[in-house]
Amino acid sequence: MLGQLLSSLTDGLLLGFVYGLAAVGLTLIWGVMTVINLSHGPVMALGMFGTYLLFLKAGWNPYLALLAVAVFGLVFGFLIYGVVVHRVINAPHLSTLLATFAVNMILIGVGTAVFTTSPHNIDFSLGSLEVGPIHVPATRLVAALGAVLFTAALYLFLYFTRPGKAIRAVANNRKAAELMGIPSAWILALSFGIGTMLAAVAGGLIATFFPFTILSGGPYELKSFVICVLGGLGNPLGALIGGLLLGGLEGLIPAFMPVSWVPVVEFGLFVLVLLFKPSGLLGAK
Amino acid sequence: MKGKSFCLLVGLVTLGLVLGFSPLAGAAEKTVTIGFTASQTGKLNVEGMRQVNGLNLWVDQVNAKGGVKLPDGTVVKFAAKFYDDESKKERVQELYTRLINQDKADFLISPYSSGLADAAAVISQQNNRILITAGAASDSTYKKGYSLVFQTYTPASRYLTGAIDMLAKMDPQAKKVAIVNEKDKFSTDVVNALKAYATVKGYQVVLFEGYEPGATDFAPFINKIPPGVDAVMGGGHFSDTSTFAKQLFEKGMKAKMVALLVAPPEDKFAELGDAALGVIGPSQWEPQAQYSPETAKAEGKEWYGPTVDEFTKAYRAKAKVEPTYHSAGGYVAGLLLQKAIEQSGSTDTAKVKAVLDALDIYTFYGRIKFDATPKNHGLQLGHDMIYIQWQKDDKGKLFKQVVWPEASKTGAGIPYRK
Repeated sequence: MLGQLLSSLTDGLLLGFVYGLAAVGLTLIWGVMTVINLSHGPVMALGMFGTYLLFLKAGWNPYLALLAVAVFGLVFGFLIYGVVVHRVINAPHLSTLLATFAVNMILIGVGTAVFTTSPHNIDFSLGSLEVGPIHVPATRLVAALGAVLFTAALYLFLYFTRPGKAIRAVANNRKAAELMGIPSAWILALSFGIGTMLAAVAGGLIATFFPFTILSGGPYELKSFVICVLGGLGNPLGALIGGLLLGGLEGLIPAFMPVSWVPVVEFGLFVLVLLFKPSGLLGAK
Repeated sequence: MKGKSFCLLVGLVTLGLVLGFSPLAGAAEKTVTIGFTASQTGKLNVEGMRQVNGLNLWVDQVNAKGGVKLPDGTVVKFAAKFYDDESKKERVQELYTRLINQDKADFLISPYSSGLADAAAVISQQNNRILITAGAASDSTYKKGYSLVFQTYTPASRYLTGAIDMLAKMDPQAKKVAIVNEKDKFSTDVVNALKAYATVKGYQVVLFEGYEPGATDFAPFINKIPPGVDAVMGGGHFSDTSTFAKQLFEKGMKAKMVALLVAPPEDKFAELGDAALGVIGPSQWEPQAQYSPETAKAEGKEWYGPTVDEFTKAYRAKAKVEPTYHSAGGYVAGLLLQKAIEQSGSTDTAKVKAVLDALDIYTFYGRIKFDATPKNHGLQLGHDMIYIQWQKDDKGKLFKQVVWPEASKTGAGIPYRK
């Protein structure tokens, strides 16, 4: 029993880091511009396919491919912001919600036409790490490490660079930031680009250990919403911790009850947080 | 002499024209509409389109050969009419109603998957149309009292029972089986029957748990499989099953047998690399299938339609890819209608149904015989699964070996991981 518990918890926590990274992207966009980005899931799926294509067609190591996927995610985020979100950024929340939902539908439609809904898989293995009863695929360990590195890089960017500080300023008070000469339109585009980049990278990391289709981003998008609320909307560090919490729960619950109870407990917790601490465990920013 | 012959010829032609026997008279032609929906979009688009490609090949071939000639001289040609059901049940019901009422479809073929076929079955029965189901293995559709629905696939209840028989043959000492399955209609039918069969055969089912459709993380289930298990069975559809197989490998699962649904027979399964090695999967049909007119003759049955080789070559030439069991299922659904119309000499629903009820033939797809009792009407009784296993050849390349049943196997099975 102890062996199963340790094994389950390790699996859950490692996956939790990647959940966290995906949620950091979503929460950053919400925190800076209060936009609920419903194109988050398909962008994650595009990150999966980007890593897959570079691995399969160009023979790149999937972790090297992640750097290209990150650049793609950044540019693609700029594009989505410029074409779709910018025009409705000051409209009621429903407008931005529908705008990003439209992007979601377009990406899934085009993705289905190009890649079909047939699952794809990156045939890449780093072996497994065996410690006592714990048997962990190394790709999950590297993915967790990658998620920590990207989150740390985001933290350093936000706190120690001028554009990062500008993002924080715009998130705090857009009008005041504009009065200080910060070009808010560019900063919003940059924020959306970074959020999209993190989603694409999280997708790329997941693709190294799970097969995927163009529809695979959906469940992670849903988890990202739960994590954002758990950690505190708009709080990147809270999102990472929320991811760990969710991953840990997904590891622990199956040791004591059928796996089908996992969403019941997860969403039960989600409702409790909304009721008793709506700002999230670490507080909203 | 020449003049006499000419007069005789003219006389005969005239007589032929009068009696309607001359080819110049032109036999009456009737076009029978075959209605179906195709999952061109949505989660079932890959399997759905393979099935449609198989069905369209049959339409092309039967029409190219001049259609089906009825005893009254009418030549029946076939026209396919279909819409995209988006892999959704509600669309299936709307579209089958439209196919019957607006497009006047004479016979129906189901879409791929048990859930969609079940949705179509209600509409066909309500409107007195014969529905041949392809890609629909779930038993429950045929236990609802329908009299016009006929199944081409081996029912779900017999999908994995052969794996238990194979395990008993491979290792008579094996005792423990873990079952992890997708919680959808088809997979649930399969594992419920599997569990009952395994228990009857004296196996201990040490884990019996289901996962939600769309699951991607199977580590929680794999962690629950107790050490010393002899076989892991279950799965669901392609995406989840291939993920499950990959994670079983990565988590270092040791078992004599891993037998999973749907995914292993697919060529794409080999993309899993070493994780595919040793995995067994039941298949409705494979190009290596050993069915032949000789098989039929040995069992005293009629052989109908193309041989395995003829079907495989024709499909490859048309679709530019290898046929799968989905494609074979689509083709054979049409072929069965052709046989029933030909034998009944009519396109009348009642007469065609009577032939289908009594049918017991062999085709390239295997034996076909339907249950004609009111309790399980239309359930497939004749067709059997074959079990493939991914093995490595001398050069270390993965290939599919048919390992069960004994009569159809192309090679011996190997243990999964010792």
